[in-house]
Amino acid sequence: MAEQAQLLPGTLDLLILKAVSLGPLHGYGVLLRIGQISDSALLIEQGALYPALFRLVRQGLLKASWGTSDNNRRAKFYELTAAGRKRLRDETEGWNRLATAIASALAAQPEEV
Amino acid sequence: MRALAWFRCLIAKFFHRSDVADDMEAELRAHILLRADDLERSGLDRAEAERRARIEFGGYERYRQESHEALGGNFSETLLQDVRFSLRMLRKSPGFTLVAVFTLALAIGANAVVFSIMNALILRPLRVPHAESLYAVERGQDQAINHSFPDYLDLRDRNRSFEDLVAYNVTGAALDTGNNPTSAWLLEATGNYFDALGVRPYLGRFFHRSDEHGPNSAPYIVLRYAYWHSHFHDDAGVVGRVVQLNKHPFTVLGAAPPDFQGTLLFLAPDFWVPIVNQEQVEGVDVLNERGNRGILMVMGHLKTGVTQAQAVADLNSIGTYLEKAYPKDDSHMTFSLTSPGLAGDWLGGPMREFLTGLMLLAGLILLAACANLGSLFAARAADRSREIALRLALGSSRRRILRQVFTEAVLISLVGGAVGLAGSVALLRGLSAWRPFSTVAPNMTVPVNPDSNVYLVALLLAVASGFLFGAVPVRQVLHTNPYEVVKSGLSRRTGRRITVRDLLLVAQISICAVLVTSSMVAVRGLIRSLHSNFGFEPRNAMLVGASLSTAAYTGDSLPAMQKRLIDTVRNVPGVKAVGSVDRPPLYFGANAAIVFTDKTTDLRPSNAAAEAMVYNVSPGYFEAAHTALLSGRDFTWHDDENAPRVAVVNREFASRIFGSTTNAVGGYYKRPDGRRIQVVGVGEDGKYGSVTEGPQPAMFLPTMQSPHVRGTHMTDSTLVVRTDRNPQQMTAAIKSALSELDPGMPVTIQMWDKQLNDSALFASRMATLALGVLGLMGAVLSITGIFGMAAYSVSKRLRELGIRVALGAQRSEVLQAALGRPFKLLAFGSAAGLILGLLATRVLAYIVYGATPRDPLVLTGVVVAMALLGLVATWIPAQRALSVDPLILLREE
Repeated sequence: MAEQAQLLPGTLDLLILKAVSLGPLHGYGVLLRIGQISDSALLIEQGALYPALFRLVRQGLLKASWGTSDNNRRAKFYELTAAGRKRLRDETEGWNRLATAIASALAAQPEEV
Repeated sequence: MRALAWFRCLIAKFFHRSDVADDMEAELRAHILLRADDLERSGLDRAEAERRARIEFGGYERYRQESHEALGGNFSETLLQDVRFSLRMLRKSPGFTLVAVFTLALAIGANAVVFSIMNALILRPLRVPHAESLYAVERGQDQAINHSFPDYLDLRDRNRSFEDLVAYNVTGAALDTGNNPTSAWLLEATGNYFDALGVRPYLGRFFHRSDEHGPNSAPYIVLRYAYWHSHFHDDAGVVGRVVQLNKHPFTVLGAAPPDFQGTLLFLAPDFWVPIVNQEQVEGVDVLNERGNRGILMVMGHLKTGVTQAQAVADLNSIGTYLEKAYPKDDSHMTFSLTSPGLAGDWLGGPMREFLTGLMLLAGLILLAACANLGSLFAARAADRSREIALRLALGSSRRRILRQVFTEAVLISLVGGAVGLAGSVALLRGLSAWRPFSTVAPNMTVPVNPDSNVYLVALLLAVASGFLFGAVPVRQVLHTNPYEVVKSGLSRRTGRRITVRDLLLVAQISICAVLVTSSMVAVRGLIRSLHSNFGFEPRNAMLVGASLSTAAYTGDSLPAMQKRLIDTVRNVPGVKAVGSVDRPPLYFGANAAIVFTDKTTDLRPSNAAAEAMVYNVSPGYFEAAHTALLSGRDFTWHDDENAPRVAVVNREFASRIFGSTTNAVGGYYKRPDGRRIQVVGVGEDGKYGSVTEGPQPAMFLPTMQSPHVRGTHMTDSTLVVRTDRNPQQMTAAIKSALSELDPGMPVTIQMWDKQLNDSALFASRMATLALGVLGLMGAVLSITGIFGMAAYSVSKRLRELGIRVALGAQRSEVLQAALGRPFKLLAFGSAAGLILGLLATRVLAYIVYGATPRDPLVLTGVVVAMALLGLVATWIPAQRALSVDPLILLREE
């Protein structure tokens, strides 16, 4: 297994929104999808997903409905709402700005100061 | 309807886990199953896959709770969970629950009772519209509530601050609706009384200012609702009916609404009569005498926008005018405002002080109860440390556990509060129906039914105390280390010698000792005041009240009638001495008048030498009352209007005016009307206004020599009858003798000591009763506290005790080991409480006569009481410690 990084606070929500934006998923599916799109580089304890999911539902960013999984188990499926889509866009932009800024700050060399 | 639906929803939630929660748990389980499916596919067997899936999921309980909170606004849901859990826990330990609920019920009940009395008598205004702007007017430095009628008229007509000022007066009279004269209490009120108060008639009409046309011009009666109900059977035809009031015809105008009980909280009058008819009602009219300050009380609504200070300034300027205009009658005419209802500060002041003190003591009880429960909770938390550790290990947050602990505490305090409140409501119902002065004033009541304020305060107290004692084990929970506890069983903290629980117990015991001390001081004070020297001997004496005015003896026929009355009673076999007095000493205050030295020529009030109690007595009174004459002589029937004016004064009067007893006899002093009076005798000092007063000057005047006030004092006079025979027989004999004299004359007879208990000693008896009850509660609380501590420490150390017994320890050694600590704490707490209590009883001395903390009997009493309490409380735990069977114990572990 590749070396894993701890999540920064607040980034789990963003990852969930991203994962679900690629198609409706049940909770376990969200975890698999995050693992898949992050090359399993992020450490997420499985149970920690659910409080975040419920919070997003309560904020109206996700909507949930019971359905059947690939292997015929009852599971709850999540998809983005319009608000969720907008939030994902905003947060992604914000994250990119922040990441660029921090990356350039950290790349600074002594002679540039 | 919405509230109902919400409530139903709450009930539903309480009994069934909600769908949301079920849904959430189903989802979490589905996750684990899905993960297990994947793991199974990767080659694990099903059981192993599910186990791995659960481990990977992490702290299930923690995520379940967090999810629960994330689902939003689940405060009530969590609360219900906690409540359910708490109820389960409490059901498991019924002993603990019972003790806790009982303790709190006691404490909160005590607070509810004291607060309702305070609420009813001090906080709640009179039941009239806009009661918040209604004020009573008091006069002078000592805040007298009585005014003279001419002064009242000046205040009413000259002030610019009040909407209107009314005046009223309490008195008794006989009402005859046809051959059945019954004595009744009434308010004599000015014509504007009802209109100014804004009270509307329930039936018929009220009297108005326009009905007043000089003396005896308004012979009208307005009935109180309850009196109309009981004496006229709700008959609406009573309006216009003519009844006999002291044998004068009065017309019934109507009835007041049921909630209007008059303007004195503790005395509901039977009816109201216009004050202009005072002569017919009381046999005398003092409405024109500016210097005659009876018990006329004045009150009114402030105009909107006028502050209390402005009104007082306004009244004071009128007072200055009155002092200038009437220097003979009016002095010290400054005014202040107070809330009406308790006869101003005359009753209100001491009542407020006493109730505040009582409230403080009740608060102490609650504090002691909280300390008690705090230590119980701490002990319980220690016992439950395994459970708490387990829950922490399973991922529950400490916050969540604390929340549950607080829920449990508040739950107990709410149940305790409800039980206590129910008890206090029952008690207060009884108190409201109680007629404490049944012998002297049947209309006196203690109107203390609880209202929403009381319920609110009880609820607040319950919740607050729940949080208070719930907070004790917080530190314990926060410091629980799950790994240590699960690994090694109960963590026994050694080394710390003094625990929070010890401190709480000491605090609790010292509070209880304070209560026990003050109740003992009060009881001793009462006993002492019952046996102190009043300046007369109430035992073996009877008071015979023969109401001459209600039997229509007036004017010149009065003195002769009074002498016949005295002679008749003296001739009853068994009567040793008899004499009359206008108002017995210590009977709801005393009349006082200023006196001047013989040399004073300018007789304005500020030059007065003293203010002395005035008693108009007949010859033979001193012998009948057992008031010792120190020198000089008693009055004779020859000291009448034609003889020189004479007086018997008491020792205090003699030494203040004349310097000594010997100088007094034969000396002269002056009264405000300039009359010189010769002292013919000096009697012993006594108590006149109250049992707690210091030495007061007093003068006794011969009843035949006071034509000025002859009407009042003779009609109200009381015969003091000294006898050593059986009171019942004597009562019957005197009654029959008097009915031979005049069958239509109402006669009341009571034992003098009984009457004193109901009047002058009433306050200290009530105070002692209240303090006694609180002291008893303190004792009960210290028993439960010590018992809890001792029982707990014995149960914790049973094994150790067993080993000691097995190694051959003596009984005394076992007891020493098991109960040494509780006893040490008891001794320490008692000592602290005793000292505090002795300091506190300085305050008590104001209410309870002769209450002094420096009393060896009280000191020993407290020490013995606390030791006995300790013995009682540790009895059962001691038995348990002694009956330890080492074999059984060692086998068990």
